Amino acid sequence: MNTSVNGAPQWHLQPEANRTLITLSGDWIAQEGRTPAFPTGALKDVPHGEPVEFRTDQLGRWDTSLISFLWELKRSAREAHVDVDTNTLPESAHKLLDLLPEIPPEPKPPPPHHFAPVAAVGQFTLDTLNEIGCVSEMGAAAARGGLASLVGRGMMRTIDLMSDLNAAGPAALLIVGVVNFLVGAILAFVGSVELHKFAADIYVASLVAIAMVREMSAVMTAIIMAGRTGGSYAARISTMQANEEIDALQVFGIPVSSYLILPSVLALAFTMPLLYLYGCLIGMLGGFFVSYIMLDVSPLGYFHETVQALQLDQFTFGFIKSFVFGTFVGLTSCRIGLKAGRSAADVGIAATKAVVVGIVGVIALDAVFAVIANVIGI
Amino acid sequence: MNDTNTQMAATDNRPVMISVDDVTLAFGPKVIQHNVSFRVKRGSIFAVMGGSGCGKSTLLKSMIGLLRPTHGTYLVGKDNYWAGDDASRVRIGRRFGVLFQSGALWSSMTVGENVALPMQMFTKLKPDVIRQLVELKLGLVGMLHAIDQYPSELSGGMRKRAGLARAMSLDPDILFFDEPSAGLDPITSARLDELILNLRDGLGATIIIVSHELSSLFHIADDGIFLDADQKTAIAHGSPRWLRDHCTDPMVHAFMHREQLDSSSSAGNG
Repeated sequence: MNTSVNGAPQWHLQPEANRTLITLSGDWIAQEGRTPAFPTGALKDVPHGEPVEFRTDQLGRWDTSLISFLWELKRSAREAHVDVDTNTLPESAHKLLDLLPEIPPEPKPPPPHHFAPVAAVGQFTLDTLNEIGCVSEMGAAAARGGLASLVGRGMMRTIDLMSDLNAAGPAALLIVGVVNFLVGAILAFVGSVELHKFAADIYVASLVAIAMVREMSAVMTAIIMAGRTGGSYAARISTMQANEEIDALQVFGIPVSSYLILPSVLALAFTMPLLYLYGCLIGMLGGFFVSYIMLDVSPLGYFHETVQALQLDQFTFGFIKSFVFGTFVGLTSCRIGLKAGRSAADVGIAATKAVVVGIVGVIALDAVFAVIANVIGI
Repeated sequence: MNDTNTQMAATDNRPVMISVDDVTLAFGPKVIQHNVSFRVKRGSIFAVMGGSGCGKSTLLKSMIGLLRPTHGTYLVGKDNYWAGDDASRVRIGRRFGVLFQSGALWSSMTVGENVALPMQMFTKLKPDVIRQLVELKLGLVGMLHAIDQYPSELSGGMRKRAGLARAMSLDPDILFFDEPSAGLDPITSARLDELILNLRDGLGATIIIVSHELSSLFHIADDGIFLDADQKTAIAHGSPRWLRDHCTDPMVHAFMHREQLDSSSSAGNG
């Protein structure tokens, strides 16, 4: 073992007859931050054919910083075509040095950054189209799995469907309720200010009812579910991907689309319309709450006006929208989870992406529905 | 415990680095191991052996500070590890380097960044010095080519070697290896054995290995302990070679010779 000699790590190069002697002394401890670096050109005056040898009797404690120094020395010696006699080093230093590769690593050049907007837009378009294709294909496979389940030959386990239904339904009631109540209340507030000018306070009821049923309840509920359940699907499936659980399913021949994706998508597609109806009711309650306290509106009048304002086809339309939103959020978040990489960071990226795609997609789809509603005159 | 299961340390007068006294490990009411005692000499390679599920990794966990023993003392040098507060445990823990079973590399960083992080956090070294030390450590484990790769791009064996480079990041004087050669090819495994011996000889590190890999243990370990899952305690002490040649306990004998344990002796054992 190394004998302890106090002092800073030092080295000294001394030409001698037929050899060059490098004396190493002091403590070579990396964390003390005092270890010298070997200057690159230090060996260029050493005559060819004469070995470099070491004197280490004054060498104190040492760790990998000494090996690092010797490695650099060896590289310079190689460049200067000088032999280094590592046998004159302590046995274990010599052995550690032998483990290291001779050729020093070349630092990788940073990847070039091209600015090519046209190519980027083209690539983005292709990727998006490809993704739409993949999601549709996955949806079709899941639908086939669903049909097979109906005739009793499916690969979906009822217990998975039940637990997903519970997570996407009853467990979400509180947050969906709170948000829709507040949205209804806010609508009533905003509406009451303007309508009061015309002494048309009672129409707050129809404003809240139509806004909730036509747009707000469906969109708000879908956004909440995209953040809550979509994110959790993506995180769950990408973690399974990282643990090779998906690979194991595939090896057994258990179809991922019907075993894993179908219950998730079904759960969202089934609960979303129900949550929508619940959201409508709670939103109108929020509107009533504000109207009753702030405005001079009787409960019976509010109820009457609400019933007058609403038609069944508005409910039907919102119901269909919610079903589409649920299917969309379920499919995209599962797809994003399946496509994720295999590290912890990738799980985070997948969850974020699922939420962003879910929310943006829901709002974009809602715009499409608005156009359709306009055309068919609902 | 009878004497035929304990190797007498006749001429070993190296100072004691780690001493574990009467330690009991448990998860709630479930006792994993009890009354485990052993000493690890400075500069030795100490093997923790035993069948699957006997609590080897649990013992390792308590030695690196992840699980508090329910009873007993654990001394690192002269410091009582579990008696102090969190700050003192962190201070003692700075002397540890740990290689986890599957590498446990931080997946959002490249291999080079994984090795560099402890140095950036705990030393005042300049970035170019750190870079050089990182290259050196990766070079020692033969992973220099992967310095800019992410853990997800590596094979299991490569992750393990990168994990070893990270364990050596701060030049610790106590290294803990959890199954270092599991999942490695024989050549890489032999190289790793050689590296472990050189780390011990060169850097004077004390090494504690949890392993099943008999050939590797016979080659490198000079002391050890054998834990038994049924008796929930250590049933033999000594180097793997000594246990192979001299230990009379049927369980240890079967383990060291890769034999099946015949049911008659196992009944007597449990």
